[in-house]
Amino acid sequence: MYVELENINKYFKEFQAARDISFNIRQGILAALLGPSGSGKTTILRMIAGLEHPDSGDIFIDGTRVNEVEAGRRGIGFVFQNYALFRYMNVFDNIAFGLSVKKERPAAIKSRVSELLELIGMEGMEKRYPAQLSGGQKQREAFARALAPNPKLLLLDEPFAAIDAKVRRELRIWLRDMIRRLGITSIFVTHDQDEAIEVADEIIVANNGRIEQKGSPEDLYKSPATPFVASFIGESALLENYRVLKGFESETRGFSGAVRPEFVKIFTGEETIQYENSVEDAAVERIAFRGAFLEVVLNIKGMTFPTRYSLEKTPIAAGDRVRALVYRLYAFDGDRAFLLHNRNLDNSGAGNIYNI
Amino acid sequence: MKRLLPPDAASGARRPSRHFEDTGETMRRKAGSRIIPGFGVSLGITMTFISMIVLIPMSFLALQTSSLGWSGFWSAALDPRVLAGYEVSFLCSLTAALINCLFGVILAWVLTRYKFPGRRIMDGLIELPFALPTAVAGIALTAICSDKGWIGGALAPLDIKLAYTRAGIVIALTFITLPFTVRTIQPVLERLDRVYEEAGLMLGASRERVFRKIIFPEITPAILTGFGLAFARGLGEYGSVVFIAGNMPFKTEIAPLLIMSKLEQFNYGEATAVALVMLLVSSVVMFFINCVQSRASSFIKE
Repeated sequence: MYVELENINKYFKEFQAARDISFNIRQGILAALLGPSGSGKTTILRMIAGLEHPDSGDIFIDGTRVNEVEAGRRGIGFVFQNYALFRYMNVFDNIAFGLSVKKERPAAIKSRVSELLELIGMEGMEKRYPAQLSGGQKQREAFARALAPNPKLLLLDEPFAAIDAKVRRELRIWLRDMIRRLGITSIFVTHDQDEAIEVADEIIVANNGRIEQKGSPEDLYKSPATPFVASFIGESALLENYRVLKGFESETRGFSGAVRPEFVKIFTGEETIQYENSVEDAAVERIAFRGAFLEVVLNIKGMTFPTRYSLEKTPIAAGDRVRALVYRLYAFDGDRAFLLHNRNLDNSGAGNIYNI
Repeated sequence: MKRLLPPDAASGARRPSRHFEDTGETMRRKAGSRIIPGFGVSLGITMTFISMIVLIPMSFLALQTSSLGWSGFWSAALDPRVLAGYEVSFLCSLTAALINCLFGVILAWVLTRYKFPGRRIMDGLIELPFALPTAVAGIALTAICSDKGWIGGALAPLDIKLAYTRAGIVIALTFITLPFTVRTIQPVLERLDRVYEEAGLMLGASRERVFRKIIFPEITPAILTGFGLAFARGLGEYGSVVFIAGNMPFKTEIAPLLIMSKLEQFNYGEATAVALVMLLVSSVVMFFINCVQSRASSFIKE
């Protein structure tokens, strides 16, 4: 394991920002630390960097315990949220800063900086100052500055937060491809699940100073381990008592749960229904046009189920009575989440959950 | 800075827009859409105020001097005793301003970066030299610096004299001008995001290098402003200096004192001649400082 955290605790006065955190990241992985604000994700990143110090626990990078190693000697490149470019230095001097600190020869610095400028597509802008750059250019400059001294590990704190939405998508694909190409182990902090899902190989979900779950974006989406992950990643609606639904009456784990849009199928009454005994009566509460499909909010036994409906099928309108089949759902039992299948369906015929 | 904008932005700005073709009406409305309405009124007030408070008294100075004629002016302004007075005033003010730049940075740093008991009291003490009548400061400083005072007495056996020497003048001026440097640097340090220091440390720079390369350029414009204010105030300072200086001609006699003594002899022409020279030289110094300062802060302006 390349980066390892073991039982990290961190307090800011009374507030516990990290509670017994342990996780590890393999070499060459681009990992996302995902969580809402106040989840402790930035504190974790800053502790790995050496800008904060854990009250207890160990941090290992490449097999070496780094708790007592100074931030500047851990071999880490750090991209700050607002880039923290040195305002009184031009692009060249900013990128060269980490190299001149190392007392590299001027010729070596020059060639490394022009190599990086080419990498980030900013050749010819050496003489510009940060105030003369766009948000995207500043971000790329900060990226190049962090990479200049050849770090073993790259940390990025909300790297896209300060960029307007239009450029953000473009830039995160660029950054992902760039990091993959360089093969540098990287961890970035974000509160945006789309960003994490799109960019990261692996997502670590933080909440309340704890790590909720670690896994590939697909794992987290398909099998969330905790109620928090089930509701934070992807679209879902909370159910107060899922056990009143047909096919889930005999379940024993908890009462509350969550359901994703693709877990529910709508029948308008014209088609033949294979699983008549498990179909619920539903009222259409709202319909919204979303382009390729309709977003339909159903009311089943007093609970709301957001779902999708194909434009190709019999049209439905708000206020209609329809029937709905709940294929599967997440049941919450304490701080665990479980994926449950409708028991009335035989396992072979339940169909792909991603079929609308 | 404009020449460094991308070419598309520059040409976009030049392209005449249909909405701005009737420039008169639109531009006037645009200028008026500020927080305080009425560009004309506010500019008028500004001009009148500056004229009454600054320009008219200054021109009176020139007018008074002109009563001497050129030869009278030169003999008054270039009298050897007056020349010595300029030298004392400029050198002592310069030294005091430089001392305060150094200590202003340290004090502002301590007051903004650390939380310690008594910090607020210490912060309040910075302004004391402003609140105190300058003559009171002068008397107090003279008392402790003279051979019988706490500090002067301690240094007397070492044959170091403070009161009635140029060192004494520097002490008085340092005391009087301390708030200028601290109070100009302090807000800049308060606003300066720590993230710049962290960025420097992450790139492997030593603390000393982070200060020299990252923090110092950020506070340089403020230091220059503080230096300019302290220096200008030092040149004009009279009340606190006359007690501690001893006022020996050619040694510790400051230019403002020469002006005062000429005024006491109703020699208005000569007094204003000396004052005019002081004014011109300090204007040149202030202009120079402003030029350096605007250069230093030009990088972060859009």
